[in-house]
Order: sequence, then C-alpha cells, then structure tokens
Amino acid sequence: MAADLKFPFPASLNGAKRWLLVAVVLSFLLSLGHYNRYYLGVTIDIGINIILAVSLNLINGYTGQFSLGHAGFMAVGAYTAAKFSLVFAPGVPEPLRPLLFLVALLLGGAVAAIAGLAVGVPSLRLKGDYLAIVTLGFGEIIRVIVQNMEAVGAASGLKGIPKYTTLGWTFALASATVYVVVSLVNSTYGRGFVAVKDDEVAASSMGINPVRYKVTAFVVGAFFAGIAGGLYAHHKQFLSPTGFDFLKSIDIVVMVILGGMGRTASVVVAAVVLTLLPEFLRQFADYRMIIYALLIIGLMMARPQGLFTFGRRAAA
Amino acid sequence: MNGLALGSIYALIALGYTMVYGVLRFINFAHSDVLMLGAFSAYYLAPAVAQVLPLPSLAGALVVTLFACVLCAGLGVLIEFLAYRPLRSRPRLTVLITAIGVSLFIEFTCQHRAVFGADTKAFPKLLPESDFRLGDLIIGSNDLVVLVTTVLLLTGLWFVVQRTKIGTAMRAVSFNQQAAALMGIDINRIISFTFALGSALAAVAGILYALKAPGIDPLMGVQPGLRAFIAAVLGGIGNLPGAALGGLVIGLLETFAGGISGLSNYRDGIAFAILILILLFKPAGLLGKATVEKV
Amino acid sequence: MNATSILSVRNATIRFGGLTAVSELNLEIRPQELIGLIGPNGAGKTTAFNLITGVYQPTEGEIHFAGQPVAAKRPHHLTKMGIARTFQNIRLFGSLSVFDNVRAATQLHRSHGVRTALWRGASFAKAEAEVEREVLDLLEIFDLARLRDEEATCLPYGDQRRLEIVRALATKPKLLLLDEPAAGMNPTEKAELMRLIGFIRDKFGIAIMLVEHDMKVVMGICERIAVLEYGKKIAEGTPEEIRKDPKVIAAYLGTE
Repeated sequence: MAADLKFPFPASLNGAKRWLLVAVVLSFLLSLGHYNRYYLGVTIDIGINIILAVSLNLINGYTGQFSLGHAGFMAVGAYTAAKFSLVFAPGVPEPLRPLLFLVALLLGGAVAAIAGLAVGVPSLRLKGDYLAIVTLGFGEIIRVIVQNMEAVGAASGLKGIPKYTTLGWTFALASATVYVVVSLVNSTYGRGFVAVKDDEVAASSMGINPVRYKVTAFVVGAFFAGIAGGLYAHHKQFLSPTGFDFLKSIDIVVMVILGGMGRTASVVVAAVVLTLLPEFLRQFADYRMIIYALLIIGLMMARPQGLFTFGRRAAA
Repeated sequence: MNGLALGSIYALIALGYTMVYGVLRFINFAHSDVLMLGAFSAYYLAPAVAQVLPLPSLAGALVVTLFACVLCAGLGVLIEFLAYRPLRSRPRLTVLITAIGVSLFIEFTCQHRAVFGADTKAFPKLLPESDFRLGDLIIGSNDLVVLVTTVLLLTGLWFVVQRTKIGTAMRAVSFNQQAAALMGIDINRIISFTFALGSALAAVAGILYALKAPGIDPLMGVQPGLRAFIAAVLGGIGNLPGAALGGLVIGLLETFAGGISGLSNYRDGIAFAILILILLFKPAGLLGKATVEKV
Repeated sequence: MNATSILSVRNATIRFGGLTAVSELNLEIRPQELIGLIGPNGAGKTTAFNLITGVYQPTEGEIHFAGQPVAAKRPHHLTKMGIARTFQNIRLFGSLSVFDNVRAATQLHRSHGVRTALWRGASFAKAEAEVEREVLDLLEIFDLARLRDEEATCLPYGDQRRLEIVRALATKPKLLLLDEPAAGMNPTEKAELMRLIGFIRDKFGIAIMLVEHDMKVVMGICERIAVLEYGKKIAEGTPEEIRKDPKVIAAYLGTE
C-alpha cells in the first residue's frame, strides 16, 4: 500500500481542487440531458454506492476498524433529510427548492455524523470482532427505532418524498466525497489513519493520538453515508426500514473489500461493478442472490486483496 | 419460564459460535443457518421416522433429533472443509466475509422453490404436549423439555471439553494453535470435530426452537442466531460458560422486556442495546479476560 | 527532585496482582546523558521502561519528566513532552514506506487541521515540503534515504532497527529510550550500533537510556549504569564500578 497514498493526485496537490470543480460542473451539465429512466436510475444508484463505499473505506480500509453498520448511518441521513424535505418543501417557493435540498442533505449528513461520533467513541475501547458486532448492533437499533417511529412512517415506510436527486447532485457529491477522502488520506490525517491501523501502540508512542484518528474516520465516514442516504431518499421517494438492514451494510463492506481495502480508486470501480452486477443478473432473477453469495465466497478465495488491485501489497 | 427456555436455546447456539471462535478466531456467520437446516432436516425426517416409530413420542423425537444432529454435524464439517479450510492462513477479515457469503448462500439456496421454498411450514409435533401446574405457575412441557435438554447437553459438553482427550486437544488448539500442532495434535481433526460438535448443538437448538415457534422457514435461524451471537460476545467470545450465561441473560431480558408494554416493539433492538452497554464497561464481555497487549 | 535531571523516577513501584515487578525504583537521568539499565532476565527492565513511557502506571511513587509529572499521561502525550522510544520487537508501520514511517512521526509538531488538509492551499504545500525536507535530512544522516520508497517491513533487520530509531528521533525528543536495541544482532552489527548511539547523542544532544541485555554494548557506551534484579535496583555507577560490584557479579553469575 506504500505507494498508494499519493494516488490519484500525484505531485500537484493544488490541482485536485480544480479537478473537483471540473467534476462538479460536468455532473450538472450531464444532468441537463434526457435519459432513459431505467439507465438514469441505475446511474444514480452507482453514484450513491460510490459515496457509501468510499466513505466506508475511510473507516474499514484506511483506519483498519471494522464497521458493519454503514447502512445505519445511511438510514439516519436518509430519514433526517426526507423528513426535513417533507416538512419544509411546501413552504418553500420552487426556485429555492435546490437550496432546501442541499440543506436537507447536509442536515442528514450532520445527524449521521453525530451518530458516527456516538459509535466512534465506544470503538476506542473495542477491537476487531467486538467492534464489528457493536456497529452491527447499532445498525439494527437504528432500524428498530425507525420501525417504531410514527413520525417517519414506522414499519409501513415513509412515502411521498419529493424527487430532488438528479444525476448532477449525485455525482457532484460523489466527487466531493472522493475529494475529501483522498485529501484527508494525503495529509497528516492519512498517515495517522494508516499508522493507527498498522500498530496502535507504536503510533501512540510516535505522538499520534489514536482516539483522534479513529473518531475522525468514523465521523467523516458517517457524514458521507448520511449524505448518500439523503440522496437515496430523494431518489427512491420512499423509505422502508427494511431497506437499511444488515444486508445493505454487507453490500457496502463487500464493495470495499472487492476494491481492496484502502484504495479509493479501486473502491470506486468496485462500487460501479457491484451496482451493475445485480442488474445484469436480473434475467436470472431466481438465482440472483445465490450467485451473489457464491461470488463473495469465490472472491475471498481467489482474490482476497481485492479484484482491482495489482502489484505489491503489504501482508495484512 | 419462557425466558429460561428461550435463554437455553440461545445458550446452545451461542456455544457453537464460541467454540468455533475459540479454535479459529472468527465468527461463523453460517452457524445460524445450520440451526435452520437442523429444523428442516427434522421436518423432512419426521414422516420417515413415523413409519417405524410412533410420533409424537419421546423415542421418535430422539431418533429424529439424532439423525438431524448427524446430518448437521456432517454439514458443519463440510462447510469448514470447503469454505474455511482453504482460507486458514488468510487474514481473519477474509474468513469473516466468506462466512457471511456462506450464510447468504445457504439462506438464498434454501429459499429457492426447488429446495425448501421461502414460505413458512408447520413444524410437525415431535413430542406429546401438556401443561403442568406448579402452584400459580403454568409450565409448558416443551419449555421443560428445552430446559432439561439444555442442562444435559451443557453437562455433556463440559465433560467432553474438560475430561476427554479430544477436549483437552481442543483447549490446546484454542490456546495456541502452533504450539498444539508442535505437540503432535492434528489441528484439522480438532477443527472438524469442533464444527461437528457445534453444528450438532445447533441442530438440537433448531429443533427446540421450532417446537416453540409457530413454523419454520429458511430465514428462521437469523433472529435466534443474531441473539445467540450477541450472547456469545456478551459472555466473552471464546468462553464456554460465558456463552451459556450470555444466552440465559439475553433470553430472560428479552422475555422480560417483551412483557412491558411499549418496550415490546423494541425487542429486536434491546439485545443489542444491552450488549453495547455491557461492552462499554467490560470490553471483553462478562466472563472474558481482558487481554493486555504486550509491549 | 534533582533540578538538573530531565527524568526523575522516585520510589516507583508497580504490582501486578501479587507480583511486585518493580519495587521502589529511583533513577535520575540528566540531559545528554547516556545511561544503561541492565539486569538478568525477568529483573523488571521492560516494566521499568513501560513505566517511564506511560504504558503502565506506577502503583506507588512518582515519575517526573522535565519537571512535569508523568503519571496518568497517555503515551502520545509523553511523546509530546519529549520522550521517544523504540520497541524490543520492532514495531514499524507495515503498510507505510520507509519515508512515510518517519513522516508519520513528524506530525506531532506539524499536524494539519481538517480545513488545511481539505483546502490544500499554499500553507499546506509549504508545510508538506518542510516535512519532506526534514524527513529526508534524517534519512540521509542514517543512510536510509536510498530506501525511502521501500516498504518498511521489507528492510533487512539491521535497517529496520535503525529506521525505528530514526522514526523516534523524528518526534524531536529530549530523551530517547531504546528497548534492547542490540537484540538479535551479530558482533559487527553491535559494534555499528554502539557507534550509532554515541553519534546520535552527540549530534542531537539528547539523553539516551537503553535497556539492554548485552553487557558488552552497555559497558561500551554508557556513562552510567543501573542494575536491576528482582525489580530492585541493586547497583548504580560507572561501567568500571559496575564491573567490580560483587552484587552485580552475583546477580549475573549466581552466588556460590
């Protein structure tokens, strides 16, 4: 992994900002076109999954923690943003709706980040399996709470969310996510994350405060999962607690692992592939999930270092 | 009483998780599916057994359970052999994800209409049922069966682990795999044995659970599996008495919370909430030993 | 407290359950001093070391560094105060390059805020360039610059030991603690190490304490030596004094 820290912004760190701007502008320009509804839907799914996978990669890949609760953060963001839109959209004039949407997304991200803080703090004392189980539990608790919350539709789901999510929003935010994660990783934060992952004791002896880095990873990761949730809510226009179960978290984890844990570029590719795969398997509807399960097993046996990683890799 | 019975079932399942964790240090997500397969094998075996033995009856139930145990033990060994053994020297995370893959594979395969189908099936009556009255307390015979079976199995397991040669070998492997191998212990045999033992316990738990549940379906293992898994972590994963204790605690608290109106809807979350609270204060679980990293 | 010493350990005792691993240890380290802590196996050397680096808290007694109490400070705090260390069983960051191993240790003094890291403006670039210069200078001094892009754990053993010391120096310590630096080295490497330790002290002007098994190494470079046995300090003095001390001889050779 040694050589990867600088990828994909090699020498010029300032150039990265320009690339982000280009990506954002391009996203919005592209969204002006007219597309087949089905393809548009899948493309937006891809963008949302990129945000989820890249943000989880910060927690699981770079910092070496193991979170099985990313769908929980996503749920927090999705419900917060959706509820916000539902309450305030009627009172906001049409031209200001994009602003409302932005506020809804940021709010969703912020509340998810607070949840991330709440999970990140116990994570300081727990490691490995214990941490995995606590995050899994957190996801389940979120689901159970939502299921019993009348204000967000309880078990029958939250309906009638306005359709604000566009191609532009999705990919602008996906670019922003990649930018933030890559920037953090290519700064003192990144060195801190990886040092803590490699050897916590040695890291703290080098003056690196493990608490700070672990919590930062959780909070930033959760924030973007929340954003992804908000996009998802305003894309599907319907939220059901079962959409954020354990299986969804596993999906995201598989993307990160497929991408090779801690390589942002390949995690992005993995997110694309794994979003498209079920679509291609649609014709084998009955066997779709069986194939998916076999794929996970086969992948772990054949290429545990990820599908899109080549060259050297440190033994994990 | 119901809580005790539920807790005992969780305890039986949790033992499987904890034993596998003890020797291989990973959480065998497919364990809850072995439990489901135990119930289903009983479901399919019962009519066959009914040809030769009267059902419901104690003898019939025993035969059905025994067969289910053997089937699941074989299955557990097979899963380990096919999916986990090739990954023995890989990072634990790889194995963990594989286990999740195996679990999903079993669940989705069984849901396919050519296998069991996704619908709920009525579990056959294996035992005559009646209620006992103990003062004001009404005890269902099934609850009693669950309790007695669990106590017997726990005692048996304790004996195997503490007093037999293979149990000693298991503990040795769990303590230090390399050292155990150097002492001439056949690691693969011990690991297979552990899977067989854990899976047989899961089969019994599956049948007991099915006796109490309204019906069985390919996803029936997920919820009790999750609870048992929490129980194993709660007790300190890798620790056998801890798993039993954890199971009882979760079962009792869940039943207790289910009885309080307003809380009952949150049943699924309560087990986790308890777990998180306890881990905050005892990061290695109730009976787990905190490991201090050597510097 | 001795005003001239930078580290002062006073009556430090630590017990694990019934076992007293270190008992009433007194130790003063002066600036720029080269001091050795020796003792037979299980004498409590590593425990004493862990007390000073904040890994363990003393059951009784106190430890002051640069006039400030060390108790209840976490390891990264102590590093900030100026104590750096190496590990008996080398603990480099396995997935980082040689360069990044050292760079990770510099952030104690140069850590970006989130805003700087995200904005990537001129101040960020300047800070990064300075760090890079600093790290390269250090690597240069220890002849590791040619290996800057290698994965740290792929280096030969001796280079890994050296890199660990460089990494510790990158935190700009006032006191460097070396935990059995000569472990696993052959006589040539040991000789090289002794030269290196002396060089570091002169070049960086810091105090160095080494916990060591190897008498030759300790006798060869330390100005003062403290000897532990069964968690107690049985002798302290110059190498000459230690060599003649009957208690030390008894501890190492056994009494008749």
